[in-house]
Order: sequence, then C-alpha cells, then structure tokens
Amino acid sequence: MLEIAIKGSKNYWLWIVFLLAVMGAGAVVYLDQFTNGLMITGMSRDVSWGFYIANFTFLVGVAAGGVMVVIPYYLHDYEKFHRITILGEFLAVASLIMCLLFIIVDLGQPTRALNVLLYPTPHSMLFYDMIVLNGYLFLNIVVGWKVLEAERNQVEPAWWTKPLVYLSIPFAIGIHTVTAYLYCGLPGRGFWLTAILAPRFLASAFAAGPAFLIILCYIIRKFTKFDPGWEAMQTLSKIVCYAIITNLFFFLCEIFVSYYSNIPAHKAHVQYLLFGYHGYTALVPWMWTSLTLMTTGAILLLIPKLRNNHTLLPITCAMIVFGAWIDKGLGMISGGFVPSPLHHVTEYSPTGPEVMIALGVYATGFFVLTILYKLATQVKEEVRG
Amino acid sequence: MMEKSRRSFLKVAGIAAIGLGASPAINFASSDSRGTAHAVKSKNKEALHARRWGMVIDTGKITDEIAKSVSKACHKAHNVPDFNIKVDEKKYPHTRPVNHKQEVKWIWEEHFDNAFPDKEDEFLAEKFHGLPFLVTCNHCKHAPCVRACPTQATFKREDGIVMMDYHRCIGCRFCMAACPFGSRSFNFRDPRPFIKKISPNYPTRTKGVVEKCDFCAERLAKGKLPHCVGASKGAIVVGDLEDPKSEIRGLLNEHYTIRRKQSLGTEPSVYYIM
Repeated sequence: MLEIAIKGSKNYWLWIVFLLAVMGAGAVVYLDQFTNGLMITGMSRDVSWGFYIANFTFLVGVAAGGVMVVIPYYLHDYEKFHRITILGEFLAVASLIMCLLFIIVDLGQPTRALNVLLYPTPHSMLFYDMIVLNGYLFLNIVVGWKVLEAERNQVEPAWWTKPLVYLSIPFAIGIHTVTAYLYCGLPGRGFWLTAILAPRFLASAFAAGPAFLIILCYIIRKFTKFDPGWEAMQTLSKIVCYAIITNLFFFLCEIFVSYYSNIPAHKAHVQYLLFGYHGYTALVPWMWTSLTLMTTGAILLLIPKLRNNHTLLPITCAMIVFGAWIDKGLGMISGGFVPSPLHHVTEYSPTGPEVMIALGVYATGFFVLTILYKLATQVKEEVRG
Repeated sequence: MMEKSRRSFLKVAGIAAIGLGASPAINFASSDSRGTAHAVKSKNKEALHARRWGMVIDTGKITDEIAKSVSKACHKAHNVPDFNIKVDEKKYPHTRPVNHKQEVKWIWEEHFDNAFPDKEDEFLAEKFHGLPFLVTCNHCKHAPCVRACPTQATFKREDGIVMMDYHRCIGCRFCMAACPFGSRSFNFRDPRPFIKKISPNYPTRTKGVVEKCDFCAERLAKGKLPHCVGASKGAIVVGDLEDPKSEIRGLLNEHYTIRRKQSLGTEPSVYYIM
C-alpha cells in the first residue's frame, strides 16, 4: 500500500520537499542542542519545562480527539463517520509520533531514554504515560492500516481489528488522563493541583482534535477527489461545540475556586496568567486572546446558521484550535511554574532555536500525516472508481 | 541434529557451572564497589549511621557571612558550577555566554517570605526581614521527587537521604516539577568550564542531568560530617531524627522549630529554630 505515497502530483511533491526542508532545519538546530545541552532553550531553574512539553501536552489532546470519530462509528454505528474514521485514526498516529519526539527533544540525556524501560518504575506517572502513549500509537497504526487494506481489497477487515478498536477507546481517554496526572499529582504546584485537570484536558482535546480534523477535511476536499462528507463534518462541528463549551466551563470552575477560596498558592498562577503578577505580564495578552478565540468559536458553533456556513466553519475551527493551543501550549505549562515554589517570578518564553526544533517536530508529524492521508484518500478514490 | 544440540547443551551447562563456582570469588573481588552481601560487611567502620538523617538550622546563628561561607564550602566541595567566574578561554574555548536563570545551587540564602511562602505575614517580626534563611534539599520522608522519577535515578536510602544517580538520570526534569521546595537544579550545559578548581573527592556532572544536595553521603561514609555543618560555626547540626538521645532531638525538644511547607505532607527532615 505504501507505494501509493511515491506517486503524486507536483503540489504533493512540493509539499513533501517543504516538510523535509523544515525537518532538516530542525534537525540541524537539534544537533546544537544535543551537543551543547538545553542551554539553547529559554527554560530555566524555575521554569524547567517549556515549549516542548507544552506542545507535547497539546498534541496528546489532538491524538485523543481521534476517539470522537471512533466512538460514534464503532459504538453507535453512525454510518456518516465511515469515511472519516480512518482520518481520525491516522491523525492520532501522526500526533503521537510528534508527542514522542517532543519528549525525546526535551530530555537532557536522550541517549539514556531507554532507562525508562530498563528500570521500570510503577510509582512514576511517566511510566504509565509511556505505556498508554505507545499502546495507543500501536493500536491506531494496526487498526488504521488493516481496515484501510481491507477496504482496498474490498473484503471485511480481519475479525481481530474490532476488539482492538474497542481497546483503543479507553486508551484514548487514558493518554490524556495520564498526561494530566503527570501534572496534577504534584504537591506544591497549586495551578495543576486540581482534580478537574484531567477532565479539562479531555474537554479541550475533544474540541481541538475534531476541530483540526474538520480543517483537514477541507484540505482533503480541495486537494483530492475524496469527499469526507459535509454531514460528517457538521456532526463533528457539533462535537467541537459541546467540547469547547465544556472546556470553557471547566476553566470558569477553576477561576471560581482559585479566586473565591483566595488561597494564594492556587490564585497566584491564575492571577499571573490573566492579569499579571507583581508586574510580570508576558502571558496576559496571550491568555485573553485564547479566551476570546475559544468563546467566539463556541458562539459561532452554537448558532446553527453560522455553524452550517461552508466558508465560516474552517475559520471557526482554526480559532478553536489556536485558542486551545495557547491555553494548553503556552498557559498551562508556564502558568504552573510562575510563580516558583519559592514565590520568585521567572518568566519564560521559548528561544528561536527552541521554536525551530519544535517546528521540525511538527514538520515530521505533518510528513507522516501527509503520507498516511495520501494512502487513505487514494484507496478510497480507487474503491469508489 | 540431536547430537549437536546435546553437545551445545553440555557446553552451556559447563560454562554455567564454572560461572557458579567463580561467583563467590568475583563477589569478593568486587566487594568494595558493588552492593553485594560482602560489601555490607566490609563497610567503613568509621562511617556515620542514622536511621533517618535530619538537620537543624538555628536561624538566629546564621549571619549573611556564615550563610555565604556555607554555600561556598558546599558548592566548592561538590564541584557545583559558578556562572559568575571568568572561564579559562584556553581550556574551554568558544564558551557561550551564561544564562543566570539556568544556574545550579545546592544550598543558598533566601528571605523568610521565599523560604516559607505559606507563612507570609505583613506584620512579621522585623528581626526576620533581613535574616538570611538557608534552604536546601529537605530529604523529605515522603519525597515527591522520588515518586516522580521514572528511572529511580532519584531514590531514597534506608537512612532517609534522597540521592541522585547522575549516570542513570535521563534529564526529564519531572523531579524538578515535583519538588515543592525548588531544591533541584538541572545542568542546562556542561558545568565544567565554570568550576574554578575541580575537587577530586566528588564527581563532576555532565550536561543534561539533575542534581541537588546529597547530605554529603560521601563524607558520612568516611565518618565525616557534611561540609555545611563545618562551615556554619555551630548553626547547623545534623543527626539521627529517630534516635531520642541524639543531639538533634535534644535541640528539637528545647526549641520551637518549623519546617518548610509542612502542610504538603512531604515530611521534610530539615528543621529551623526560630
């Protein structure tokens, strides 16, 4: 099936070359980081996780979001999702590859990464994160590939793909729950120390993941002969609508508890993000942009006439993806570290090299995504033709 | 086929038998470097032991000067890099400029409000305002860093000391997020250009690993007290918290002491006499 990927239009190859170039640039900068250490990043003693871990967290969400097409199709026999289920699964694969790469580039000693397997440590949440992330990646590759292959050969998929699909559902919830547990089980980090962190992560995941999928559907419609189906996209947009409202609601709950309880250890971080803390305001404009984007996105999806507008929908979805990315990518991680446990304020912003490495990881993810989507759309065109 | 597999079985069995016979000798030979049963018996007789090591800092006795010499003694002995020194350009050419936010420190001074942020008080006794409070790893009884570490590179010894294995650490910095006391530092870069004079009694670290105070475990093993105790002019006392007759327990009985962020339940082993 992979041979499909080496036959493509000029645009396809241009895009592939572009991605390879960004990957190459990222790799060159990474070599510098590999040789000289994480000193090239904006991270510090006080803000010891930054852009890499933030993007990792966001992409775990995008990966988990894939389950929002799997559940309706496989559990409720929602036929409209038949054509896009594979897109959700392959999006999860690409996102998970990016997640794992972000973890690797964040390590101070990447060559020792396998120590996590050599000395398995069940009391560390990272141990479980490794299991669920790799498990979910494996499930999606196997299921996605096998089902697509069966479609190409016009036979029923092997019987054993079904139990794997059912297994992938708790895994999807699992990846984002365990990722939240990385943060919310730490004493002394008041911003993350909240039982609603995992639900909030899931809500934003189920908004950002499907919203991104809708955008991808538009791109597929433009560049291939395969039509994912307008009705499927509309259903997806309703899912995004519910999820983004839930996400905003959870955030409101968080704000209420922080401010009404007035406990400094919890309030200080929210204060820093929304209004600034002791004159430090680097993230304030970002956070308000994020809230505005997510709220506007929710309103635009709530009103049927606007939701069903062909031209508006991709813009709404882009607003939600970007809003969720700021919320999780910039605010969630930095916000937890500022102020520090000793109530010092050390602000963080990624450096140029750090952003370049992150772009390299994204390019790798999009490279994988492009090839997988090329396979999926081509096979579906073939079958139809 | 049959013959061949039988022969190879015998061969393997033979090698295994030799291995078994040799193992006590190998254990003996390695007894001072590996944690075998022999090694336990041949421990240094002068080594200092405790069921749970603890530290008491008499804040009244700590002056700015003492605090500085404590940090200096500790950092010098443990090859902690100092980003303020001028790098030897001949030995380390092309060293890039430092980012002071990426510094490494094991024991250092803080103001009361920073050492005890949950005890912030606008009417705090004035005498506390300017006082230096020495902060370091608390060697918590329920250490969140130990819980978080995915490779057991950070681990707890039986005597309560929270230790780091610099050769196992993958540099994920989960422990730094987990520590509620900001006691851990990450080597964002190779620390060696910033060590004025390398102390041969302690390893230098490589880039990409986390480090922190190790309660001078290497000195306790030789029967010596931690560097900070020596440099503190009597302000810092270490001893066995579990031993009711120890000096440190005597101090805890006589004085009112506090610990940092007690409400988090990590049970710090460092006490402050107020």
